[in-house]
Amino acid sequence: MTSTVSFLTTKPHLIVVGNGMVGHHFVEQIIAQGGHETFQITVFGEESYLAYDRVHLSEYFTGKGAADLAMTDGTLYDEHGVRYFTNSLVTEIDREAKQLILQNGEALAYDKLVLATGSYPFVPPIPGHKRDNTFVYRTLDDLDAIRACAKQVTRGTVVGGGLLGLEAANALKNLGLETSVVEFAPRLMPVQLDEQGGAVLKEMIEGLGVQVYTNTATTEIVDGEMAFHRMNFADGSYLETDLILFSAGIRPQDALAHQSGLSVGERGGICVNNHCQTSDENIYAIGECALWNNRIFGLVAPGYAMAKSAAGHLMGDAGVTFTGADMSTKLKLLGCDVGSVGDAHAQSQGCKVFVYQDELSQSYRKMVVSEDGKKLLGAVLVGDNSYYDTLLQYYLNGIDLPTQAQALILPAMDGAPVGLGVDALPATASICSCHNVSKQDISDAVCNGALSVGDVKGITKAATGCGGCAALLKKVVDNELLALGVEVSTDICEHFAYTRQDLYNLVKVGEIKTFAELLKTHGKGHGCEICKPAVGSILASVWNDYVLKKEHISLQDTNDRFLANMQKDGTYSIVPRIPGGEITPERLIVLGEVAKEYGLYTKVTGGQRIDLFGATLSQLPQIWEKLIAAGFETGQAYGKSLRTVKSCVGSTWCRYGVNDSMKMAIDLENRYKGLRSPHKIKFAVSGCTRECAEAQSKDIGVIATEGGWNLYVCGNGGMKPRHGDLFAKDLDDETLVKYIDRVLMFYTKTADRLQRTSVWMEGLEGGLEYLKDVVINDKLGLCAELEASMQHVVDTFQCEWKTTLKDPEALKTFRQFVNYEGSDSNVVFVEERDQMRPATEFEKQQLIAKVG
Amino acid sequence: MTMPWKLICKQENLIEGAGVAAMLNGEQVAVFYVPESDNKIFAIGNWDPIGKANVLSRGLVAHLQDQWVVASPLYKQHYELSSGQCLEEDIKVPHWQAKLEGGEVFIATHS
Repeated sequence: MTSTVSFLTTKPHLIVVGNGMVGHHFVEQIIAQGGHETFQITVFGEESYLAYDRVHLSEYFTGKGAADLAMTDGTLYDEHGVRYFTNSLVTEIDREAKQLILQNGEALAYDKLVLATGSYPFVPPIPGHKRDNTFVYRTLDDLDAIRACAKQVTRGTVVGGGLLGLEAANALKNLGLETSVVEFAPRLMPVQLDEQGGAVLKEMIEGLGVQVYTNTATTEIVDGEMAFHRMNFADGSYLETDLILFSAGIRPQDALAHQSGLSVGERGGICVNNHCQTSDENIYAIGECALWNNRIFGLVAPGYAMAKSAAGHLMGDAGVTFTGADMSTKLKLLGCDVGSVGDAHAQSQGCKVFVYQDELSQSYRKMVVSEDGKKLLGAVLVGDNSYYDTLLQYYLNGIDLPTQAQALILPAMDGAPVGLGVDALPATASICSCHNVSKQDISDAVCNGALSVGDVKGITKAATGCGGCAALLKKVVDNELLALGVEVSTDICEHFAYTRQDLYNLVKVGEIKTFAELLKTHGKGHGCEICKPAVGSILASVWNDYVLKKEHISLQDTNDRFLANMQKDGTYSIVPRIPGGEITPERLIVLGEVAKEYGLYTKVTGGQRIDLFGATLSQLPQIWEKLIAAGFETGQAYGKSLRTVKSCVGSTWCRYGVNDSMKMAIDLENRYKGLRSPHKIKFAVSGCTRECAEAQSKDIGVIATEGGWNLYVCGNGGMKPRHGDLFAKDLDDETLVKYIDRVLMFYTKTADRLQRTSVWMEGLEGGLEYLKDVVINDKLGLCAELEASMQHVVDTFQCEWKTTLKDPEALKTFRQFVNYEGSDSNVVFVEERDQMRPATEFEKQQLIAKVG
Repeated sequence: MTMPWKLICKQENLIEGAGVAAMLNGEQVAVFYVPESDNKIFAIGNWDPIGKANVLSRGLVAHLQDQWVVASPLYKQHYELSSGQCLEEDIKVPHWQAKLEGGEVFIATHS
């Protein structure tokens, strides 16, 4: 035997069976403690991939690839001499000989063994459960198989309405299937939710078009008449579906323990002690295969805690023990917030309960408190998880509840914050439960020089597990920085040490007309994709030059540079302005004819306009030539600028209208259509309080009253809806326009880049009252300037497309290629519902195959 | 060895501080004209491997930590103009040597 081999074999051999998230975390932990120097480490994984992020598995369907989900590319293992084998099933443990038997019959000796074999999906033994087109949802291979099947069929059903079942239902829905969920228990998510919470969630999910059957037992699966399968239910009814996905819970993967005679629980799971040692002291079990205190922990955070304690024990540190874990969870399932903290079912002795339910906005919240009302024992949230972080901190840290404890689940009234400030959290408060990071750990990291959330993440790993604590982490980091007296940087980017508001003032006061000039006088370097468009927008707000002028063109984002909206395949969509949504039949026919001539996909937008999709770069000027000849103007759908003024027909036609909302909408749209602003702006005008135009969800909302117009400001639909604030009542036409001028210009002057009015208002010190003071009472003495600025924009309006068509230099940039007249061969359309749409990758391959 | 330089277009067809698309042996190339840089001209693939469309020529040119890059107009990843290396992902797009000579733009057909 050579000396090298004997040298190697002097290190005890540590084998890790299983390379899921927990198995991988164990390797990370043991390496961090220098375990690769103490042990020769070997890892076996059954799947073909190294460890990947199973928590975010569903993102595999929404664009992420296996590489995005991977937790390691093997570099960490290679760098520390860890041998790893994928596609390798361990079939036997011979405890007497201290060796493993692999599928190929090979034997391998171990000194210490860690089982991180995880779990497998439980498939209820319903007759027919092994038919074709039935699946489970656990691995990337499962997902590949589901995706392949989903392409061929239209209906999918998930058996199981728990956490994973709903996650899987979301995936099926995203794959375009008509989706149903069948749950045996009387409610959805029976482990985390109470009856009422389950009912609210069911209603929300059904509102999204997913059929939910609770209290439903499937007796058999047979051939369907209309679909591939028919599921017969115990009550005699049935459901026809093409694809069935079983997600009825998990079972610990403990086959090796059974085979080798380790102690296992009655219902499965490898019994472990506080060091995660099994009944054989040389064998450890961690993660979902382990049974601690007769419990299985099916979340990643407890698995990580087990990995840490096993690694510590192997390295001779018996201090890090696993003594149970908090199973509180918050998730977004099918877009619905669900949260569960501690004793969600109110089973504690003598506990009391607060419940808040709002059937209008579909939210439900419950707090379970101790008999004396002092401590929080548990909570259930459905519909709005913004309450979760605060509740969890009260629960985990045993903080005394405030006297009006119910405020913790009541909606905020008058903007009074009910959250627990991060200042109030004790140093021991757990911020990230996946990586067990406390407030103190973050504080230490900041003290040691981590000055951004990114740095803190890198050092502590906080918010790198499930990511649920990211918002809280940012608050804690900012708070720590503030406490240290560190100024949190508000610089727009590395080229300008200024905020957008500063830049706006510099441009205006210094009469700066170009980016180059601003960079030379107030910046450094050469600019980037952050500062260029921001400054481009400021220059346009202040001077209102043509945006494609030679000195401005390279500042514009692709949409502004080509005056159209880029779609996923690189083609553009075109939205002509249709003020107030009013359009003559003649113009409507022109739109139809142009769309037909160029084969454009045509859709009515939410802002009462018409969007024409699929134009190539070189077609844009030709199409606009025709539209402008018919009297259309650019709709600036591509710009951070006024989009539309939505309107109802108002008093001219409507029986209920009290004022001419149509005329007001058209006038407002024509007045503000040229304004470049920090972000897009939407208006609406309603002719009466029935509010058919939904003005209160817009940046500027106007509602007709008997006495004139009510003005609402800073509303928003979209991702984070906000009701507009009533700014002034019963205004005449002139005052209305004056106020809107001032509000919009003040916003344009002071907001951050890409900040909508709603967020701007939330951050405005003094809020609505301050804005009223500035705009109505002229507290800052700015009103005359604001109005003059707006008047300049109004007076210098130009239709950018009209200007472009007259400018041969600008037109030149619309060529697809500088040296070739052909088109982009990657732009391929297929027909669907009598119109064209971009072909999918799969369709393109098939088309190529056919042509080939 | 002499580079097989291929004439692509006149300098006046370029846009200062931005990109245009060109066709080179059936392959789409994004050509950037950056007067402030040492190179002046850069050529990388037009195909955005993340957005999966031929769009890189239509991205914004940026200068980040001493590197000239383009930000994809679709999902904003940055690609180094000198090497095609993506800053966010372990992905590279092709790149070519390019030069400006006598008011004309040339690209080396292999580099």
